[in-house]
Amino acid sequence: MKSLIRIKAIMLKELRQLSRDRLTFAMVVMIPLIQLVLFGFAINTEIRNIPVGLVDSSQTYHSRLLTESVKATQVVKFGHYYQTAEQAKQAIQTGEIKAALIIPADFEQRLAQNRALAQWMVNGSDSILSATILGLQRMPFIPDYKTRNLPNQGKTFEVTLFYNPSRKASINIVPGLLGVILTMTMVLFTSIAIVRERERGNLELLITTPVSPLELMIAKIIPYIFVGLLQVIIILGLGHLLFSVPINGSLIQIFLGSLLFIAASLTLGLIISTLAQTQLQAMQMTIFIILPSILLSGFMFPYEGMPILAQWIAEVLPATHFMRMIRGIVLRGADLIDLWHDSLWLASFTILGILVAAKRFKKSLD
Amino acid sequence: MTELAIKADKISKKFGQFTAIENISLRINKGSIYGFLGPNGCGKSTTIRTLTGLLSPTSGDIEVLGLKIPEDADKLRFKIGYMTQKFSLYEDLTVEENLKFIGNIFALGKKELQERCQEQLATYGLNHLKNQIVSGMSGGQKQRLGLACATMHKPELLFLDEPTSAVDPENRRDFWEKLFDLSEAGTTILVATHYMDEAERCHKLAIMESGQMRADDTPEALMAQMGVNIVEIKTPGLRKLKLKLMEQDEVRSAAQLGVRLRVLIYQSIKKPVQWLLSNFPELEYAELEQVRPTLEDVFVAVTGKGRQ
Ligand SMILES: Nc1ncnc2c1ncn2[C@@H]1O[C@H](COP(=O)(O)OP(=O)(O)O)[C@@H](O)[C@H]1O
Ligand SMILES: [Mg+2]
Repeated sequence: MKSLIRIKAIMLKELRQLSRDRLTFAMVVMIPLIQLVLFGFAINTEIRNIPVGLVDSSQTYHSRLLTESVKATQVVKFGHYYQTAEQAKQAIQTGEIKAALIIPADFEQRLAQNRALAQWMVNGSDSILSATILGLQRMPFIPDYKTRNLPNQGKTFEVTLFYNPSRKASINIVPGLLGVILTMTMVLFTSIAIVRERERGNLELLITTPVSPLELMIAKIIPYIFVGLLQVIIILGLGHLLFSVPINGSLIQIFLGSLLFIAASLTLGLIISTLAQTQLQAMQMTIFIILPSILLSGFMFPYEGMPILAQWIAEVLPATHFMRMIRGIVLRGADLIDLWHDSLWLASFTILGILVAAKRFKKSLD
Repeated sequence: MTELAIKADKISKKFGQFTAIENISLRINKGSIYGFLGPNGCGKSTTIRTLTGLLSPTSGDIEVLGLKIPEDADKLRFKIGYMTQKFSLYEDLTVEENLKFIGNIFALGKKELQERCQEQLATYGLNHLKNQIVSGMSGGQKQRLGLACATMHKPELLFLDEPTSAVDPENRRDFWEKLFDLSEAGTTILVATHYMDEAERCHKLAIMESGQMRADDTPEALMAQMGVNIVEIKTPGLRKLKLKLMEQDEVRSAAQLGVRLRVLIYQSIKKPVQWLLSNFPELEYAELEQVRPTLEDVFVAVTGKGRQ
């Protein structure tokens, strides 16, 4: 009971300080915004007019209609034409094109049977490209006479990824960004949380009061969970508004997943805060966390392609688990129970981390 | 015998090779105002931190309010108030927010908190500053807030580390009035200072120099025990006279105060004014007067160094 009063008091104090600290407050909003716009810009240039090949073995009115609809998305433009799928595959291998659309001879039949109509062959090593083409997979194609037979529940295209058939490297940029931005801000906020009190001289008073280390740690984390959730809303909302990024997974799962990750990142920052002596040191240590979180978590490079050592390091970072989790939720429609391994890991990391931070935080000046 | 609030035996604290305080032994009575007097860096803060359990002593035994320190420091935290040397409340919160924060940290009940806040705001003249953000306030106002927060939970024992260093003399006097009120109400107060006038107001006093306690008694006793008489001389050519006097074995020390020279002469000389006149013919036309010793003299006598 008394613990609760103390935790509440510290939380309230943190929130007040946060709301009066313009710079930090701006950071909460500006970092997601700027990152999103920068990355979003990159997405946009990538997905416009990718030169691809075409093999049309059907040569019917409808197959041409399909080609036109694909062109109309402006995602790809057909620059090369091949006679057979084998030739197209060769062209992908030589690097002449990055992807090819293969319309089979039995196209009309497939259309009538409501099966997948055609096949995309994609150079899977370009993860942004694969993600984009995968996005076309369910492109609606409703030729005039079939209007009654709606909706076309199946896929319009089969997509075959070469070189990386497991598709795991396919980036869904915005969920990935969620991980990167949250790592940046969450770790940073708490990493300076205790050092700042030390530097400003508040700590000497605070540790002479009955506050327990555990109370202090918990109270330092909770306000920033709300900040983190606010950022999740900004990123997903703006991603949707500005770049029409589809949000496929369940929103509740996305939020719960983010919550686990936010808590884990905040804890990580807190541990840093008990190690660092000055705010500068805390920032430097934070960078040591942010860099591998961007590079090794699977955001930039596919996890499976990394050397074992890098994988081990990655496995320790909350960001890696979050990337895996959020992609599972967003791409495969999985939930936290399916992803129990990562959920459990993040939850345990948080609890263990808070205990470690509380243990490390000594109520003395020695 | 009165009860002891603090009992410390031969405490030392080393930071690496450096000895910050050495063999400090203290007996502080409950309800008294006890002063640590000494120049910057002599170990006042270190002693206070050791007594509050913030630093663990390298050697020695400490008992504060019947609790063994640092082992029972957690229990002690409910009973003490501590005003740190550097202002340690939150500069970006308002006066009232700071008070409530501290109140909540000590888990005061809702009603009690409200009442206590009103009381403290009134007692320390902070009512009109209630909603003021702390960073814009003057040294005196901050210090009043510091004391208000430190006494929010009515501690039995109050540690004040140079509480008046950023405060003008008038506010300093007001501050001491508050301390006497607290003392009257039964609070034991331990205050570190480097001001003589402040030290003189304490019931008992420890004079510290480079980590060691040089003397420890009531200000009156310290002055009485000094073993010197004091003569003030007003005459031209003080610098030369000072050098000459300092060479005498009978003279403990001499310090210039404006146009006067304050000479400490050992009590082996029964009539110091006569002794001066007969030994120094150049003083024939000078004004000589035997005066009461001050704490400054005590300080000079026990440490061998003067301070303004
Ligand atoms: N944490 C510390 N580490 C090393 N030296 C210290 C530490 N704290 C104080 N000191 C040294 O101990 C001596 C006494 O300091 P302090 O107790 O702050 O003196 P005062 O409060 O009387 O000015 C000083 O020389 C100071 O430099
Ligand atoms: Mg000091």
